Amino acid sequence: MKREIPIVITFLTGVICVIAFFVPHAPVGGLQQRFLIWYSIVAGFTMIIGLDSLIKYNIKKISQRKKGWPYSYVLLFGLVLTLVTGFQSWFRYNTPFELQSSFMYTYIHIIVPLQATMFALLAFFISSAAYRAFRARTFEATLLLIAAAIVMLGRVPIGAMISDKIPALSDWLLNVPQLAAKRGIYIGATLGGIAMSLRIILGIERTYLT
Amino acid sequence: MKLFDRLAAIDRRIIYLSVGLVVAIPLILKFKMPIRVSQEVRSAYETVENLPSGSVVLASIDYDATSAPELTPMFRSFLRQCFRNELKVIYTGHLAIGLPLAQFDLDMITEECNAVYGEDYINLGYRPGFVAVMIGFGREIRDFFAVDYKGVPIDSFPMMKNVHNYNDIALIVDFGHGITPDYWVQYVVSRFGVKMFACATGVMAPSLYPYLQAGQITGLIGGLQGAAEYETLVGNPETGTFGMPAQSIAHILIIVFIIFGNIGYFISRRKK
Repeated sequence: MKREIPIVITFLTGVICVIAFFVPHAPVGGLQQRFLIWYSIVAGFTMIIGLDSLIKYNIKKISQRKKGWPYSYVLLFGLVLTLVTGFQSWFRYNTPFELQSSFMYTYIHIIVPLQATMFALLAFFISSAAYRAFRARTFEATLLLIAAAIVMLGRVPIGAMISDKIPALSDWLLNVPQLAAKRGIYIGATLGGIAMSLRIILGIERTYLT
Repeated sequence: MKLFDRLAAIDRRIIYLSVGLVVAIPLILKFKMPIRVSQEVRSAYETVENLPSGSVVLASIDYDATSAPELTPMFRSFLRQCFRNELKVIYTGHLAIGLPLAQFDLDMITEECNAVYGEDYINLGYRPGFVAVMIGFGREIRDFFAVDYKGVPIDSFPMMKNVHNYNDIALIVDFGHGITPDYWVQYVVSRFGVKMFACATGVMAPSLYPYLQAGQITGLIGGLQGAAEYETLVGNPETGTFGMPAQSIAHILIIVFIIFGNIGYFISRRKK
């Protein structure tokens, strides 16, 4: 029964949601809406599971003095700080998102600069990687190199300043060859998704139970 | 020959320093470049322009600080255009860490445009389970957002009185740095027939061209270039426009490095 009950639930939920797509009226439409609300609630609780897992992992790392264990202290401190400021702001302003709140102060002055810095570093790594990787070793690599250079120039104003044909060529690359490849990938991936969904709904694919 | 060997193996610190300089200097000097407006950005702009005043639009904030330089100028310009055309904006999002960031811009622009909370715009906040929320909106928004981000019932706001589902929303605009624009198209546009355009990062924009060509999205604003084009149309040149010289010169620099690398590579290979 431990396996059969989840398979029956999956089958019924899947079939009701598929029917509701074509017939969004009572009773299946209402049932689907209820499932969606449950999904949203369950998704909220998964954050608590994530929190629990994160705390346990880092406490274990500190107690066993694993490599990089001092960083776990920083992470736990950040976690507690965010939670405390979030709740404090919530109680004081009814929302943590009030601009004067302690949460927003933490968010704007710590979280945003950290995230921005991490991502900004990519510009340097990508530049270095492009220099090393874009070598015209083969015909395909040469095509990729030329296409990349045209799109890089065509997507910034300096491309049009050099020649009007560069943005036009860049648009053509994005609208024709790029799009053709993308469509092929999307159609393949979607067919795969449909097949996998059917396998799950019909109980053939059961790995999610383990 | 040693010179060509060096060209094929430039020290990465030189590349980092050069990129840092060519990005920083134009940003400090704040000079402008002529902006060519592409068809996809013009279509997005015209979609908003053609909405009758009083229409309700939904802005979905699905980005965080990692993509803010590209998406923030788009969001600000979008809000300015909406309030100028007397449209009502519903603000929500599916990325918990991104909403406070755009909240900052929302507060700034609403103050600038004298927009009134509850009459001209509303902030619904965040609910987990983003695809479920997107589909659920098709039946009743209140099933997920009975209250706004401060816990006030949304029925108490005049602009939400007759807004229940996608039938009452004239346009969806997704500001996304990930897969959310795809989900909006796949789960909402194709199912409920709502008009939509996407604002995406430069990395994600090419993946949205199939939807644009199929007419599933009415426009596409991609990357910093798209932001600069949109700012030009709205008439408020800001960080998108001022970022263009930095990005232009950085792209030229990378191409120059690639050419150097290839010259060095070919001459070294011929020698061997």
